[in-house]
Amino acid sequence: MGTLFPDATPLMGFLGGVMIGIAGAIMLLGLGRIAGVSGMAATVLGIGEQGSDRKLALTFIIGLPLGAALMSLTGPMRIAFPDSISLLVIGGLLVGFGTRLGSGCTSGHGVCGVSRLSPRSLVATGLFMAAGFATVAIMRLAGML
Amino acid sequence: MRALISLVGGLLFGAGLALSGMADPSRVTGFLDLFGVWDPTLAFVMAGAILPMAIAWQVQRRVPRALSGDAFCVPQTRKFDARLVVGALLFGVGWGLTGICPGPAIANLGLAPLAVLPFLLAMAGGMVLHKLWARQR
Repeated sequence: MGTLFPDATPLMGFLGGVMIGIAGAIMLLGLGRIAGVSGMAATVLGIGEQGSDRKLALTFIIGLPLGAALMSLTGPMRIAFPDSISLLVIGGLLVGFGTRLGSGCTSGHGVCGVSRLSPRSLVATGLFMAAGFATVAIMRLAGML
Repeated sequence: MRALISLVGGLLFGAGLALSGMADPSRVTGFLDLFGVWDPTLAFVMAGAILPMAIAWQVQRRVPRALSGDAFCVPQTRKFDARLVVGALLFGVGWGLTGICPGPAIANLGLAPLAVLPFLLAMAGGMVLHKLWARQR
């Protein structure tokens, strides 16, 4: 997006977002379920909510890396992870614990809940966004970025 | 048939994450980094995803059940509690530290499986810890 935001890819972002939204719509109108990745991941691990369908969760979860791999065949793709393994482990623990405690993540609350104008999801999304912004700001102050 | 619908959902979701750039942790961090070279792409992804989903919710209100014949299994809780608040905050800190949330973490098994493994195992561990903690109470 020019010189102001040199890293932005708004069109690819929007199109990818539409695909994610259509995936959510397929889960809702096709199967009556919320496309919440943290919830389905827990169901696959056998520690999900009562009444969740393990087979459906498993097929969705298997589709995620397959779909991403198929898309990556269309062209080169930058994937840059943090270097620190301990940072990845601490972050993973917080994301796993936090999404279960708060009943959702970016997909369940951020996409499915916000588009339904669910008050709980609007609050959760505002909070995890704010915490994300604050965390990165502190990392920048601490010279970690 | 139901499993096939779910697989198509997962495929589209994973492909969308890859196309949008959100499978790249550094791009998510670029969005959260307001005081660096800010990258607004994530906002376009959210807008693109919310659009079809908002239409889907309008349809959902007007039909008795899903195409599969399943009843709609959607959250009905309306109460706010400390769990929602603390859970969202903890998730946000982990997301900020790494630039990774659960969808991209799993999708990266198809893009950068070795790089994502420490995060993924820890995420599963965090979910198990939550289950153990919830059982105690």
